[in-house]
Amino acid sequence: MINERILNGLLMLGLIAVPLWALWADEPFTITLTTRVVILALAAAGLNIALGIGGLVSLGHAVFFGIGGYTMGVLAYHAQTFTPLAEWPWVIEGTKSMPVIWVSAILLAALAAFVIGILSLRTSGVYFIMITLAFGQMFFFFTISWSAYGGEDGLSIYVRNGFPGLNTLVPIQFYGLCVGLLCVVLFLTSRLIHSPFGLALNAARQIPSRVETVGLNPMRLKLLAFVISGAVTGLAGALFADLNRFVSPTMFSWQMSGELIVLIIIGGVGRLFGPVLGAIVFVALEHWLGGISDYWHIFLGLILLLIVLFARGGLVGLLTGKEGPHV
Amino acid sequence: MSEAILKTERICKNFGALQACQDVSIDLRPGEIHAIIGPNGAGKSTLIAQICGSLRPTSGTVEFTGRDITDTGTAARARLGLGRTFQISALAMEDSVLQNAVLGALGASGHPWRFWRPALADKDLRMRAESALQRVGLVEQMHARCADLSHGQRRQLEVAVALTLAPKAFVMDEPMAGLGAGGSRTLTGFLDELRAEAPILLVEHDMDAVFALADRISVLVYGRIIATGSVDEIRRDPTVREAYLGEDP
Ligand SMILES: Nc1ncnc2c1ncn2[C@@H]1O[C@H](COP(=O)(O)OP(=O)(O)OP(=O)(O)O)[C@@H](O)[C@H]1O
Ligand SMILES: [Mg+2]
Repeated sequence: MINERILNGLLMLGLIAVPLWALWADEPFTITLTTRVVILALAAAGLNIALGIGGLVSLGHAVFFGIGGYTMGVLAYHAQTFTPLAEWPWVIEGTKSMPVIWVSAILLAALAAFVIGILSLRTSGVYFIMITLAFGQMFFFFTISWSAYGGEDGLSIYVRNGFPGLNTLVPIQFYGLCVGLLCVVLFLTSRLIHSPFGLALNAARQIPSRVETVGLNPMRLKLLAFVISGAVTGLAGALFADLNRFVSPTMFSWQMSGELIVLIIIGGVGRLFGPVLGAIVFVALEHWLGGISDYWHIFLGLILLLIVLFARGGLVGLLTGKEGPHV
Repeated sequence: MSEAILKTERICKNFGALQACQDVSIDLRPGEIHAIIGPNGAGKSTLIAQICGSLRPTSGTVEFTGRDITDTGTAARARLGLGRTFQISALAMEDSVLQNAVLGALGASGHPWRFWRPALADKDLRMRAESALQRVGLVEQMHARCADLSHGQRRQLEVAVALTLAPKAFVMDEPMAGLGAGGSRTLTGFLDELRAEAPILLVEHDMDAVFALADRISVLVYGRIIATGSVDEIRRDPTVREAYLGEDP
């Protein structure tokens, strides 16, 4: 049993040490793998705000991940083909600038989360899961038929987008950006959890009737949580697309949404570093077992089953010896 | 007689064929404790739910501080100054006692859209929450997880959260339920003083408490008010004795 803060510190240390070691040992593929961990952790950290604190089991978070991805894809595509994105009512050019892409991804994902949130939050339980899933499928099939941007085949971006002062083509520099963003998001999340908003949201998950009786609107609290959550997952989507230099409709697939949920359950629902530990385990399994057998998902399923049955607090709960906050 | 602060006007509530409330008109005046008694399933909680907004009456109106709130949502009613306690404790069980009380203070402050400073480090919220806990005698258990509290302590916390709102009227659904004799007596003393701050609409099965506290009593049987009056009037009322008190030795 170790203290949760120490565990978080160790995980953070690992995220810094492993790529540095890989750099020293000249193992660029390991850096790419850890970048994948960090980006998936970021996407799941976004979902964790809605799912872990707000109790919103969204099976549609791939929507925001995909929107982030396509924001990058479309903007960079227009930049690399030197065609304007739109000419009316304003001329909008493409861009290869990461900060601009990130802000666009965040805003568009937040907007989508707002609309989807307003429509889905009227329901709860299984209906909420189903309606968010349905939105995911809508986007998935839309992009499949969106031939202007590659349709089913997706969209390749030849050169990774740029960040002022860095050479993002160097794996460790791009990794540095990703891990920096993850740190910022985790730090903001830790503030949010204890803030007045976090306290109210936490109560709204547990007992909405109580929140109403003190004069607060649980629906609005959850809607904002959903928007913040979608925005973070959208940012992760933009990074994911930049990592692969490729976007395709699979970013919108329900499997993607499911994987994010699985990550969080493995790591620990509602735990600050649950998404990080979950992403590490997930990518490790995918890499090692995926190399041995195409059916590695069976092992993932088995681990998931064991955790759901015997360690409700996920791995973070198991390691820190605390089941909470969710039992 | 002073103007009523809270009033229901002939409210009816049907659940399918079941008429849980029929033409219920009651009011609550400043400074009083108005007790509502009645056998199990009489419709007391249903009445409370309609007053506080979690159920909409099939017909009739609810008025609070002179305005019609029949179409007002639960949260808005709370902001207008209606402080409710539940028959079955409705608390955030995973949170600490203090966090539950701070939630009330946060509701009273009306500013939940703050994302940076920890809620528990906010002086105003903290003071409001702690003074409410102090009043019900829960300060010592402030850091305990709500799930680890005894049943009686949860009832106390339920009252404390309502106190943080500093409401214009309290609506309490069986606050004494399961408290035990000692706890009931303490809470009875507390409510006795509380009525000076805000009047209390009190649903209660504990007859000793009701007779000790109530300025007026209304008797609800099968969804109908069969009598309203002072303690003595209700004790003497033959229909009440037959319908309700008779069953109670
Ligand atoms: N949501 C509902 N749907 C259908 N019937 C309901 C509903 N809520 C309450 N009832 C019924 O309405 C009647 C009144 O219930 P209510 O809970 O108001 O009684 P009560 O006077 O509070 O009883 P108790 O003393 O046991 O708390 C009961 O017959 C109950 O079964
Ligand atoms: Mg009841």
